[in-house]
Amino acid sequence: MNSFLDSKTFNWLDSRYNLDPIKKLILHKKVPVHKHTIWYYMGGVTLFLFMIQVFTGILLLMYYQPGESSAFESVRLIVTKVKFGWLIRNLHSWSANLMIFFAFVHMFSVFFTKAYEKPRELTWVSGFLLLVLGMAFGFSGYLLPWNELAFFATKVGTDIVGAVPFVGEELKLVLRGGQDVTGATLSRFFGIHAAILPAIFTLILIFHLLMVQRQGMSEPEFFKKLPENKKKYISFLPDFALRDFLLWLIVFYFLIFLALFFQWDLGLKADALAPAPQGIKPEWYFMFMFQSLKLLPPHIWFIEGETFGVLFFTFAGLVWMLVPFIKLKSEKFQKRNVIIITGIVVVAFIVGMTIYGYLE
Amino acid sequence: MKQKKIFQFIIAACFIIFNTSAAQNFDDLKEDDNCVSCHSDMEIMPEGFLPDNIHMQKGLSCSGCHGGDPATDDMEISMSEDNGFIGVPDRADIPGMCGKCHSNIEFMRTFRPQIQTDQVSQYFTSMHGIKLKEGDENVAECASCHTAHSILPAKDPRSTIYPVNIPETCNKCHGDQELMSNYNIEATQYKEYSKSVHGIALLENKDAGAPACNDCHGNHGAMPPEITSISHVCGTCHVNNMNLFESSDMAKGFSQLDYHACEQCHGYHNIQEPGDFMIGDNEESVCTDCHFEDDEGMQVAVSIKNILTDFVSVYDTAEAKLHTVQVKGMNDLEIEYLLKEARQKLIESRTAIHSFDPAKVKEISKAGVELTQKAIKDADSEMDEYYTRREGFIFASVALLVFGIAIFLRIRLISKDKG
Repeated sequence: MNSFLDSKTFNWLDSRYNLDPIKKLILHKKVPVHKHTIWYYMGGVTLFLFMIQVFTGILLLMYYQPGESSAFESVRLIVTKVKFGWLIRNLHSWSANLMIFFAFVHMFSVFFTKAYEKPRELTWVSGFLLLVLGMAFGFSGYLLPWNELAFFATKVGTDIVGAVPFVGEELKLVLRGGQDVTGATLSRFFGIHAAILPAIFTLILIFHLLMVQRQGMSEPEFFKKLPENKKKYISFLPDFALRDFLLWLIVFYFLIFLALFFQWDLGLKADALAPAPQGIKPEWYFMFMFQSLKLLPPHIWFIEGETFGVLFFTFAGLVWMLVPFIKLKSEKFQKRNVIIITGIVVVAFIVGMTIYGYLE
Repeated sequence: MKQKKIFQFIIAACFIIFNTSAAQNFDDLKEDDNCVSCHSDMEIMPEGFLPDNIHMQKGLSCSGCHGGDPATDDMEISMSEDNGFIGVPDRADIPGMCGKCHSNIEFMRTFRPQIQTDQVSQYFTSMHGIKLKEGDENVAECASCHTAHSILPAKDPRSTIYPVNIPETCNKCHGDQELMSNYNIEATQYKEYSKSVHGIALLENKDAGAPACNDCHGNHGAMPPEITSISHVCGTCHVNNMNLFESSDMAKGFSQLDYHACEQCHGYHNIQEPGDFMIGDNEESVCTDCHFEDDEGMQVAVSIKNILTDFVSVYDTAEAKLHTVQVKGMNDLEIEYLLKEARQKLIESRTAIHSFDPAKVKEISKAGVELTQKAIKDADSEMDEYYTRREGFIFASVALLVFGIAIFLRIRLISKDKG
């Protein structure tokens, strides 16, 4: 690594742009080593999968044509005629799912190790926003092949948006580009998926990464309390980065396995006049919300059940995002580790509802 | 005579031109036409009057049929015999009254150059017209089907003669058991027709191209088809079936036995969707109506049935494979094209049944089976390719394993160096 810092290229750049911060990062960034070090890698894996998304997404863009009469046909062309088009589509679809999965793992690992606490509140908030945007990526991308399942799932999904109080109906109209899911919806979802979301996501991602580099890796409480001579560190470059890279390679290997052995169906072209096919389910990361909404009674007090559910999840999401700013004054609560228990309940709820949704 | 006709035409044309400008709008007409203004003020407009009926649209108001002078508001003068007022016409006079304009080609062609003007003459060849001439006033005349005051063109979905509405229009009389008993006719035609393949297409699926009553019985010259003409009636649409049947030995046999061609197997008002079940020695087969076990005809029926069953079986397999190929996102274009051709051959094979010649059916179905088998082969090869893709995993495994081991060794080396 030192040879790179001594290289002519680096010196040339350094003399013009003062690369001290980068030099400092390369030479001095350390990663603590302890029993929870494994969780430090989760963010990197999520980032790696995002990079795959960008790369495969750009390749798909070269052939994809949004439109009621061209979307399905162009995806069919990609998977049947374009050389390795099927592989790129499979990688894009599987990588999207893995990215959301690792984003969840990353979020909960940060939560349970309390890495979101001061001074990393904004890193947490930006990370949560990235997860929400990632799910929005998934929702908007699901419709793009314009097949039967995607069409009806989007219908159900946008109907749920309609249950948001006061602005729901308008929001649904804006999303659908009309009363129903049509070619107009497809155009909008394509715009959202390929332009709006990437722009916002990239900005927040840059902010998130800058924060991580600026503040370094969070150290858990027990690690902080260790005497200095007992604290173990490895350098970020190359030690941690190489380990990170090895994990990326393993994840990539798993991704290829999924893409080859569990290929995504093209399905049948969406037909608005056809009856809804059996087994319409949202993508797995929406399942816990979908299943909860299904279980709610038609009315809770004076509010419609679905509206109540949507309000609940919106409120719960906001509380979750603002968790670093919640201060528990009572010592009794702190002792009982209320935050950790809440986290366990949330994970149990999400996992339980997801399994229930698939078993039903 | 010719001069009189020209004069009539000029008068009628002037009348139309004058009224077209004045009666574009019914409200305008209320002001200009005293028939309309008085009758609507007194709320005694005829029952079912439609302000935008075709005559009103073209500027023909009440006096066009009933006579009289709409220009004066004096009832005595406007509705006087001197002014040609005829009041409510007798039913027997209605065809002649409509025919004054509708049989006049010089006049009618001003509206549409290809317009028909033989309705009245055709009508008097129909059973309705013959009976009317005989003095039977219970039979249908023009207004019975077209209505008197809400006449609309056949292409208007509100019209009583719009294809989808025709069965209901005929049924107004032909569904009246009491009326029909005078003529020894059943009143169940509509009920039977509405459950038939044609009725379902027209009445339930609103397919205006499906045959209504008039497509088989004629419009103005409506008559029950004679035995000899039945195959021609059906053959108007089912051309190939008719040609095959007429050149078959079966047609000769039918003719000798006075059998009703198509109707003998398919029925008439209650024609059901045909299927392969109709042929062979099974219970639902129509062949068993006349043929018995092991007679030559039954052997032919069973032989044709077997050819079709084999074809359908291989075709169904191919369709299922095509579906899998499509859902999996493999290349289905060629398979789909082959199966479209095979489907056509299946239809042709089924049509060829009407030749009652197993060799002919076999010849067509053989080509279809070959196409289907090629489609199956292509579908299998697509699915093979689908699973062959997994072989790529071996190469990926080797490459990534080598790369992974290299990184792992590097990590170990660095760790060792750092002690």
